Amino acid sequence: MLYQRTLKSTACALAILGSLALGGTAQAQDAVNLRMTIWSANEAHLKLFNEIAAGFKKDHPNVSVTYESLPFETYTTALTTQIAGGNAPDMAWIFETSAYDFVKSGALYPLTDTLKAAEGYNLEEVGTGATERWTEDGKLYAYPFSTSPFAVFVNNDLIKAAGAKTPAEMIAAGEWTWDNAIETAAAVAKSGKGGLVVRDFNYQAWQYLTSVWNGWGASPWSEDGKTCTMADKPMADALTFIHDAVFTKKAIPGPGETVDFFAGNAAMTITQISRASLLPKEKAFSWDLVPLPKGSAGEYALIGQAGIGVMQSGKNAETAAEFVAYMTNPESSAKLSQFFPSARKSLLNADILKKTNPLLSQEQIEKVVISGIATGKVMPGHTGFAQIQQMVRSNLDAVWRPEADVPATLQKICGQIGPLLKR
Amino acid sequence: MAVARENAHPEGRSSSPFWTIARRDSLAGFLFIAPQLIGIIVFVLIPLGLVFWYSLHEWNVLANTFTYTGAQNYRMLMEDESLLDVLGATAIFSAGLVIFNLSLALLLAVLLNQKLAGIAIFRTLFFSPVVVSLVAWTIVWGFLLQKNGGINGMLLTFGIEGPNWLREETTAMISVIVVQVFKNVGLNMILFLAALQGVPKELYEAARIDGAPAFKQFRRITLPLISPTILLTSIITIVGSLQVFAQIAVLTQGGPGLSTTVLVYYLYQQAFQFHFFGYGSTLSILLFAIVAILTFAQWQMRKRIVFYES
Repeated sequence: MLYQRTLKSTACALAILGSLALGGTAQAQDAVNLRMTIWSANEAHLKLFNEIAAGFKKDHPNVSVTYESLPFETYTTALTTQIAGGNAPDMAWIFETSAYDFVKSGALYPLTDTLKAAEGYNLEEVGTGATERWTEDGKLYAYPFSTSPFAVFVNNDLIKAAGAKTPAEMIAAGEWTWDNAIETAAAVAKSGKGGLVVRDFNYQAWQYLTSVWNGWGASPWSEDGKTCTMADKPMADALTFIHDAVFTKKAIPGPGETVDFFAGNAAMTITQISRASLLPKEKAFSWDLVPLPKGSAGEYALIGQAGIGVMQSGKNAETAAEFVAYMTNPESSAKLSQFFPSARKSLLNADILKKTNPLLSQEQIEKVVISGIATGKVMPGHTGFAQIQQMVRSNLDAVWRPEADVPATLQKICGQIGPLLKR
Repeated sequence: MAVARENAHPEGRSSSPFWTIARRDSLAGFLFIAPQLIGIIVFVLIPLGLVFWYSLHEWNVLANTFTYTGAQNYRMLMEDESLLDVLGATAIFSAGLVIFNLSLALLLAVLLNQKLAGIAIFRTLFFSPVVVSLVAWTIVWGFLLQKNGGINGMLLTFGIEGPNWLREETTAMISVIVVQVFKNVGLNMILFLAALQGVPKELYEAARIDGAPAFKQFRRITLPLISPTILLTSIITIVGSLQVFAQIAVLTQGGPGLSTTVLVYYLYQQAFQFHFFGYGSTLSILLFAIVAILTFAQWQMRKRIVFYES
């Protein structure tokens, strides 16, 4: 009797516990936690992202979004390691250089349908030039949320002190060419400060030299990405020019030399306009922002891109895609454009950009930002970019010495990367 | 009946309990080594097996494909043109590091094996880099070794224009070796110091009476008696030299060219930067084989070169 009673009460307790547990599971299934990996740890950026996540939560109370900042230098490596470890984020920022790897691999969830279905999204206003790299078979796999033009920041104080012409003066006189830019940089370098710094290049990340060699119409590989064009005349001419500027004219700081423009130590630097936030508030100098100088191939512009993609392997890919749609809709894009210029045509006007970029003048916005985004080519990228990058880097080391044979080195590079490009 | 019972329980078994002293002792022994054994199984043997398994596959992390390819990665290893350069850089780095590290450690240990006031301060001074964070140490050296960095600035005060340390092939390798030696020489120095202090003083006394000069005393007494420590430190240093990564990643990223791309860094590039996890695993197997062969060879050589007092 006692045995039966014990059995009954145990069964009853188990039933109650079971139903509680099931209820708990049901609730947990409703709550969705999304994680996005990003390469910025900037407080202002994170504050804005959190605001956007809070806005999304109003309509989707069960969805929470967290941002995981990974170091910029090793971002893609850290991201792929997370994927390899079975712990892929729901959403991830993707560099333009590794875009092809992600888009073509099938790792990303197609976004077109979700974006088109989002109310007021207006995907059509984002030009095909901006989405080309992120599209495969007519489907958009990552949204290019940042389209930031490269431009030249100028320290007018240093240039005037060296008795050289400022870029603004040269632009007014129609003389803003690479030859003249290097002449000004060399004059400042002679005075003991740095000349022109191609930021982030550091004689390693050669892809940043695109901001120079595009002026010669040079490109590391053909449009279809299958043929190496590094040994072609435009590239040989451009690299010979850069080599001469580094080792003969001393207008560009050499390998192993560190010069920071934003600390007031260089005449000019080529970088993306989002770096305006690095301009010093104390010990400020008279600065300017001008388009890239004219090369032998005429005027040109270059843009850097960053995309947001949704991981196919994530459990909540559909919800994550909805969040991406919210984060990149016209309203959120307008907020984001203070740090990450948008490729949306409705946001590419001086009035809106002036509000979000208070440091830039109307003229700078029109001549550098709007014209740059409208006409700029995107930085080079390729499937298997990391391997190609490394192979080119290790061979280009031979160029970064005074007695270098530039054309011969470029021939060697093409011999090595040729098979990788065809793969 | 009595016979049947005897047959059912052969003599000696029926009366003795299962937990004999010998069994209890071995259980206790296994329990004592269990934490270490489990650690080795979980963190060494299973991963080793997995790495071998991965090396037989092409693993595309992004596409989430894992295809069995048999010996293809091993064939790729044989045909890899860069691998010879990488193995060459690894050999130069390891040889340079071991020779420089052991000689400097022994020299410092001999110099510091004196009974002088304040000698402990010098010992602490030379040992202190061992406890400094490796990455912080390397980053600071990276600043010092720049073309316009601290070392060239110092050389300039003597009218010498220093080289571009990390951008020339020879100086880059020397720099990486020196940075690594200065970081770890203190550890070997302490081991040598302990060994030197274990050499009986009477032997030197006898040698002095026999008229042996200092160098001969060192060669005939000190070196043989500290040879077990020389073997130990050389094994530790060689194995350590084959695992160097942070210094290369921070100082040179394997350049200029491939001059400082050692095997571990190459493996990291293949697996984590180029996403060739299968080929990266094959390179790990190669590294494992090299470490195992070198350690085995050194262990075998101990009979010839190591002097055991007993």
